[in-house]
Amino acid sequence: MNFIQKRNIFFALSALVIIFGISYGLITGLHYGLDFTGGTMLQIDFGKTVPVEDIRKITDKFDTKASIIHAGANKEEVIIKSIVDLDNQERNEIFTKFKEEYGLKDEALIQSQKIGPAIGNEIQRKALLSIVLATIGILIYTSFRFEVKFGIAAIIALIHDALVVFAVYAAFHIPLDSTFIAAILTIVGYSINDTIVIFDRIRENLKLMKKESYEDIANISIKQTLSRTINTTLTTLIAIVTLYILGVDAVKDFAFPLIVGMIAGTYSSVFIASPIWYLLKTKSKESIV
Amino acid sequence: MNFKNIVVFILIIALVGAASYCAISGVELGKIKIPSAREKIGLGLDLAGGVYVVLEAQSNETGTELDKKIEQSMAIIRQRVDSLGVAEPNIVKEGNNRIRVELAGLKDTQQAIDMIGKTAQLQFIDPEGNIIVTGKNVKNSEVVFQKGSTGVQEPVVSLEFDKEGAKSFAEATKRLSAKTADEDKVIFIVLDDKIISSPVVRATIDNGSAVIEGGFDVESASELAALIRAGALPVELKEVQTSIIGPTLGLEALDRSIYAGAIGLILIFLFMIIVYRIPGVIADIALSIYVLLVLGIMIALEVKLTLPGIAGLILSIGMAVDANVVIYERIKEELRAGKTLRTAVDSGFKRALSSVLDSNITTFIAGIVLYYFGTGSIKGFGVTLIIGIVASMITAVFITKFLLKLFIGTNITKNSKLYGA
Repeated sequence: MNFIQKRNIFFALSALVIIFGISYGLITGLHYGLDFTGGTMLQIDFGKTVPVEDIRKITDKFDTKASIIHAGANKEEVIIKSIVDLDNQERNEIFTKFKEEYGLKDEALIQSQKIGPAIGNEIQRKALLSIVLATIGILIYTSFRFEVKFGIAAIIALIHDALVVFAVYAAFHIPLDSTFIAAILTIVGYSINDTIVIFDRIRENLKLMKKESYEDIANISIKQTLSRTINTTLTTLIAIVTLYILGVDAVKDFAFPLIVGMIAGTYSSVFIASPIWYLLKTKSKESIV
Repeated sequence: MNFKNIVVFILIIALVGAASYCAISGVELGKIKIPSAREKIGLGLDLAGGVYVVLEAQSNETGTELDKKIEQSMAIIRQRVDSLGVAEPNIVKEGNNRIRVELAGLKDTQQAIDMIGKTAQLQFIDPEGNIIVTGKNVKNSEVVFQKGSTGVQEPVVSLEFDKEGAKSFAEATKRLSAKTADEDKVIFIVLDDKIISSPVVRATIDNGSAVIEGGFDVESASELAALIRAGALPVELKEVQTSIIGPTLGLEALDRSIYAGAIGLILIFLFMIIVYRIPGVIADIALSIYVLLVLGIMIALEVKLTLPGIAGLILSIGMAVDANVVIYERIKEELRAGKTLRTAVDSGFKRALSSVLDSNITTFIAGIVLYYFGTGSIKGFGVTLIIGIVASMITAVFITKFLLKLFIGTNITKNSKLYGA
């Protein structure tokens, strides 16, 4: 397979996934997690399935727009989320009402969270900043160890991965929160591995094969490292897929985007990063001549 | 065959096996008891259950002024928390104007939040209702002993004011001591609208330190001193973020994550053996050492395990194998190029090193950013990622190389097919 020659097909495929996912998400509305919007969350174990209407009878006094979701293995737990910033006393009041109504014990309160609106904004801002900083750090390091063109190509591949993960979040309506940022940063840190191994080989082959064209060198390098690229992705995927299948909900929320990102990352290392390096390399040559 | 190498190799396997057994189930040999890793590793709030509150100082001050107030507030909160009897509370400054309080394994979380966040306005009020000084002017208050009217050493409560407080206190005491009736000379010490003490002013106090006397025993004196100290929160704190996690949620998550990790690890072991044969077995030994090393570092550094931390750990296991795969693929190539086993291993390691190094450093950069900018459990994820990368560099590069050469040195087999070629 000629990875470089067919580059437009790969670029188009990625663009399709990203554009479709994000625009579908934007049209149907993006979901933000509690730590981005600020608000209140209560998770209560009722020991039996309680209809949403009954829950609303109590929560409506505080917020009629609160979202009520059933959770837990037997759907006996209820998660109440509201973007209203309820203080400790008000949260206590809600729980006490449920406690009295359903004869619950104190332990029934599985978790309760409150995030002030200012904090929400700040977490969002810090999250974006951390992605930008990590990217710049990686760009500087790769440019320093290889050359700027490798660095730029690697960063474009990383942005691609981040966008794919974002598209998946948007399309599947997974709430965007700090976990999302952690997932993106992990993907960024992980996917660069694959890219660097291929670039490392290109760098080596550039010295060994002086007569070959850039296209051939890139192709040969990708092929030489292909089994390693696939095998490392497989080992990491084994770990993370087991975690997804066997883990609890909170872990699943984290594992799913990682799985998607890992596949996107491997794809971009092979089909995006090297073709872009090739484009950068040949473009600059033309301009010199 | 080289028996010395075989013996060393078997010893290493036995050692790793024994250490793994220790880590999994703990060992009891007579009086010596080695607890399992699960007992030793501290759990973060999301796993142990508990509460954290982030409090924000409501103040326009900045710089050192603000720093000082935050420091003071943290000390006071620590006192309040200590009175709750929480083991190992974690009280840290977050950003410039926030304090994060983490209390693990607490039953009555609601009460705790109430108590911690309370500004507890401490005021000294004269009989006409004028505020003389407030809690922010009190520098210290403690139990001291002085000779009472009967000549016996009696406990009293000392008060120490800051400059501003000393000035207002001097003015007030001068004014009050000039009065005749005792009830006009009283200073009410009010904490949250409750009078906790009402001493009578005997003289003008202009040096900024006073004592409250009057029939205290040691217990009641120290209680009052503690109330005055703890009441002196220098700035109003607002609860901006809270998370309460019940104990059951975390334990279930921990057990299932450990289970998932174990299954994942076994699958990776199998994968490596099937794909890489003998080097695969070596990689599995190195991977076991890696897991032990990471757990050891976490215990030594007292890193608390969080849910994202576990995910980071399991992810890092997958990534730790990465370096081995890079090296082994390289060795395969060298073998195919017709090199002998020993030279293939040597040049495989040498030529793969630069990509292993580069790729790990870039992940390291991401880990540092996560640690630096993340809060709470995300920070925990960053820490495990960083520890994981460092440990995997050690095991995948040095330990694997040592073991592989050791095994080749045993001369058990020279069949390069068993090395993946």
